Amino acid sequence: MIEFLQQLVNGLAQGGIYALIALGYTMVYGVLRFINFAHGDVFMLGAFTGFYLGPLVSRAFGGPSYFVAALVLLLAMLACAVAGVVIERLCYRPLREQPRLVVLITAIGVALLLENGGQLVFGVDPQFFPDLIVDRALEIPAGWGPLAALTITLSQVIVLAVTLLLLVALRYVVNRTRVGLAMRALAFNPTAAQLSGVNLDRVIPFTFGLGSALAGAAGILASIQQPSIDPLMGISAGLKAFVAAVLGGIGNLPGAVLGGCLIGLLEALVVGYLSPTYRDPIVFGVLIFILLFRPAGLLGRAQREKV
Amino acid sequence: MSRLSSQLVFVVALLALAALTPVVKLASDYHFDILVTIAINVILAASLNLINGYTGQFSLGHAGFMAVGAYASAWITLHAGEPAGASGVLRFIVALLAGSLAAAVVGLAVGIPSLRLRGDYLAIVTLGFNEIIKGVIQNAEPLGAQRGLGGMEKYTGFFTGFGGAALTILVIHNLVHSTYGRGFLATHDDEIAAEAVGLDTTRYKVAAFSVGAFFAGLAGGLYAHFKLFIHPEAFGFMRSMDIVVMVILGGMGSMVGVCVAAALLTILPELLRYVAHLEFLPDALRHVVENRMILYSVLLIVLMLARPQGLFNFRFGKTKT
Repeated sequence: MIEFLQQLVNGLAQGGIYALIALGYTMVYGVLRFINFAHGDVFMLGAFTGFYLGPLVSRAFGGPSYFVAALVLLLAMLACAVAGVVIERLCYRPLREQPRLVVLITAIGVALLLENGGQLVFGVDPQFFPDLIVDRALEIPAGWGPLAALTITLSQVIVLAVTLLLLVALRYVVNRTRVGLAMRALAFNPTAAQLSGVNLDRVIPFTFGLGSALAGAAGILASIQQPSIDPLMGISAGLKAFVAAVLGGIGNLPGAVLGGCLIGLLEALVVGYLSPTYRDPIVFGVLIFILLFRPAGLLGRAQREKV
Repeated sequence: MSRLSSQLVFVVALLALAALTPVVKLASDYHFDILVTIAINVILAASLNLINGYTGQFSLGHAGFMAVGAYASAWITLHAGEPAGASGVLRFIVALLAGSLAAAVVGLAVGIPSLRLRGDYLAIVTLGFNEIIKGVIQNAEPLGAQRGLGGMEKYTGFFTGFGGAALTILVIHNLVHSTYGRGFLATHDDEIAAEAVGLDTTRYKVAAFSVGAFFAGLAGGLYAHFKLFIHPEAFGFMRSMDIVVMVILGGMGSMVGVCVAAALLTILPELLRYVAHLEFLPDALRHVVENRMILYSVLLIVLMLARPQGLFNFRFGKTKT
């Protein structure tokens, strides 16, 4: 039982990271209706921003601390937001009127560019992510009975706390601000939104920036948990997050979070009880199984086709 | 082109290939390798073109079918006893056919979910099947699991490779241009209208998946008996992407364009390697070209920005997907 709970804790911490990346997929899908395959590599950029800035910030502010970690997190989010906006401006905006498949290929091109460029600039070998906080196992009060046998690390708590904080912030932006309203309008009905004065050239870059910032945060959080980073780390994480977004119903924000957590939990359980080699087949098998019964994802609404 | 004349072209192409085979033997191993890889990629791109181009479905899992064909045929040639003389070739052909059929059966299984799913959901499910096939192979001891499978004999050559490509193009061309095959295009153009005039679009989708998978399996079988070593990682998501890029860059639904794009994209990285070794190149430029994968991805982006309808597409110029 304790082992099961332990897997749940590990899975949830991983799931939070998937959820953050999946939100970027799902937001971009909402406004542009295309899969931004380069998104996973923005996550990698976030991790490497932390890799290079981490030691600098840490030295300037006297060693690892919460403040250092928070500052690096914000810087990485900023860097990724800029990267996201630049990618949109250069590679996707000229193709806005084209079929989505064309944009998809461009996105694959951008993904390849970031991966290969990353291998050139950052080196091919895995790097060790610097300590932003001093990680340790938390002591669980003896009063909790058998739960005291659980190992919960500080980094896991931080990952979950920051993920929750970002989700609340995102919810505020999407539901309570004007630009959030524009994003929702664009996702609901692009033509009507434009007719009522939604400026595509402002809302779409904003969406890319927001999604990329979340991916950047995920990059830092993932590296705090697992300090080995390499330029190809975005491929697998991006793929899983994409699966999470589809599982929850692509275009649906709570769905992306739910999907991310489910994928994280599922992975942890498969790795814990079966074998790591079965992880990917089982994750995809569950996805296909669920899509057979809910073709628009768990929280997505099936749209009736109009003639 | 009427069916008779396309069959004539096929026969002429085979004769030309047979005539060229002794000439090609003069080429170095390196160039021979590129040539056969072109043939295999043409088969892959042409067969995916049936699914993604003509029928308008979006498959991201073509490498999975290729893996089924490669492993099934390799397993057969490895386990079917010692060949004697000509029976070796016969065994190879039987293995190729069996591998292709196995891939077609898997294609049928993947085609079924397409009854309910469309667009991006279908894409992720095909991608999922690709990963599942890869995962199953990674865990299958008789297929070498994570170590890969080797020890096949080299049966695939210039004639088999390009003969397979010509056969693929002939079958898919004739299929799409037959009375029955018009349904593929109708499914692509407007599914609801196609249903309304009484076409069973579901059946066309499943047919496209099975036939496409059959030829992907053929490509896999040829690949396995050319590289002589196959590894599950070679049939992952990235290879599926490569094939999709060939199809879209060539112009979906344009057979000539897709085949040319397959050849070009195979040659391009090698060409860049060659250019990087030119003597007179300034060092700065050489440094750019040496990182050929970066240049490749930049070229891909620029090509799509410059010609979004595909390099050679003159038909589906303005269709929305």
